[in-house]
Amino acid sequence: MGKDHISKAVRKQLGKSVQGFWQKSDQRIYLDIEARALEQASHVMLDEFGARFQIATGVDTSAGIEVMYHWALDEEGCVVTLRILLDKTSPKLDSIALICPAAEWIEREMWELLGIHFDGHPDMRHLLLADDWPEGNYPMRRNHEATS
Amino acid sequence: MSKRTIIPIGPYHALQEEPEFFKLHVEDETVVHLDIELGYNHRGIEKLSESKTFEETIFLVERICGICSTSHPIACVQAVEDAGCINVPERALFIRSAVGELERIHSHLLWLGLAGHFIGFNTIWMWAWRFREDVLNILELISGNRNHYGMMKPGGVRRDINRTDIPAVRKLLDGLQDPIKMFRDAVIQDPLIHARTKDVGILTREMAIAYGALGPTARASGYDIDVRRDHPHAAYAMLDFDVVTCENGDVFDKVVVRILEMFESIRIIQQCLDQLEKVGGPIDSNPKFVPAGEGIGHYEAPRGEVFHYIRSDGSNRPIRHKVRAPSFMNVPTNRETVLGATVADATIILAAVDPCYCCTERMAVAVDSHCGERLLDSRDLIRLSCEKTDRLMAQTGLCGPSLPNY
Repeated sequence: MGKDHISKAVRKQLGKSVQGFWQKSDQRIYLDIEARALEQASHVMLDEFGARFQIATGVDTSAGIEVMYHWALDEEGCVVTLRILLDKTSPKLDSIALICPAAEWIEREMWELLGIHFDGHPDMRHLLLADDWPEGNYPMRRNHEATS
Repeated sequence: MSKRTIIPIGPYHALQEEPEFFKLHVEDETVVHLDIELGYNHRGIEKLSESKTFEETIFLVERICGICSTSHPIACVQAVEDAGCINVPERALFIRSAVGELERIHSHLLWLGLAGHFIGFNTIWMWAWRFREDVLNILELISGNRNHYGMMKPGGVRRDINRTDIPAVRKLLDGLQDPIKMFRDAVIQDPLIHARTKDVGILTREMAIAYGALGPTARASGYDIDVRRDHPHAAYAMLDFDVVTCENGDVFDKVVVRILEMFESIRIIQQCLDQLEKVGGPIDSNPKFVPAGEGIGHYEAPRGEVFHYIRSDGSNRPIRHKVRAPSFMNVPTNRETVLGATVADATIILAAVDPCYCCTERMAVAVDSHCGERLLDSRDLIRLSCEKTDRLMAQTGLCGPSLPNY
């Protein structure tokens, strides 16, 4: 039996903020959502589906900065990835660290490595890089050049 | 008003997968705040991976952690296989699970020994590490290496477990049953261990969920998650095993979960060996290339779920490789568990999430926050913990776990 009911339920809860959808397999579902829907979507994943926040991934692509929030639905054996495409000139998202403390560190990491700003983060400071790391120098951006 | 002192613990440790710097803020003997800093040994593995071929990437992630040196490769090859829709022969799946479970046993024994050392029972330390050697011998027999086994590759495994080696592996495995029973009985039933670990460093189930805690740290709090069962991978869907959980989330429950998990690991390995005697066939599907796409791989490492995300553009290298180790989620739980504890208990509480603490303590010093004067060094912290055990011994007349019959 397929896992169509999960993707249908997620899409129903998130409504029009779901812009795209790809069920790769019974274990992997990808949903493209609008940036402004992230907080609501996180609430849906946590409260409606009892999902576990696994981690978030940021990718610098030619179309913009892509951010993926991976949620595990352990009872269903399925990973739901919420994908958001951000404008590269000023990538910005609402922080979900207050509703999901598990996301606090990875948001700090994505800020310093990819330059994504998280509004409302409770403790935004460097996680992995040195405190005096130069501002605007984001190592995981494509245009980053290492200097010796 | 009592004076607040900062006790910095960390940051460097060669054996830690994630060097950590714990700043314990204490008033008198009580911890009132914990600040955690990372990044002292950030190696840029994700960036580095983008310059490696998919085959080389597996060797790279094997070196993220010396203890979980097969967990990262299993998660990574699964991410590549998910991206490329690559099939894996059944025999290779059993070999993956067998090696993964051997790693779990050696990792848990390593932790058990350190936990014993931190609370002043060096006999446990010596015995646990002595029997860990037997596990490393099995791994050496199978892979040629005690650590960094180099077994995993996209599409299968690099090295078979020879049928002629299986009796020797079984013999070593059978020999582990009694020592682990000895630890179970000596540690779990000992009243002095109860006094040092019960109701100490409690992580509630709600907090475990909120922080996304993983592995034994989550299961000790009654958060019943295990990627092996919930998201079957390798051969786990074909194997019979139980997921061990406890309720209280204190240090004691974390000990119990890890000890009982070792029995399940032995069961799993025995079943894998049974299957390896029956199931023939290739050990590698030899994928020639990874098509454009993206994949997620996760594996239940000894400390919890390891997560890898891989994106391919159809070339022979990943264009993005995200790695998340379980300690990234487990270590922040210390902010909850250590509050209100005494400095003597902080050592074992911070160690209870198994962050490879053995070397962190070497760097520990207590510094007076006003004048910068060093008050305590790492040995003092362990001494404080051991002295607490000694006091309890004197008060109760108990002598701690005995390991006499081995």
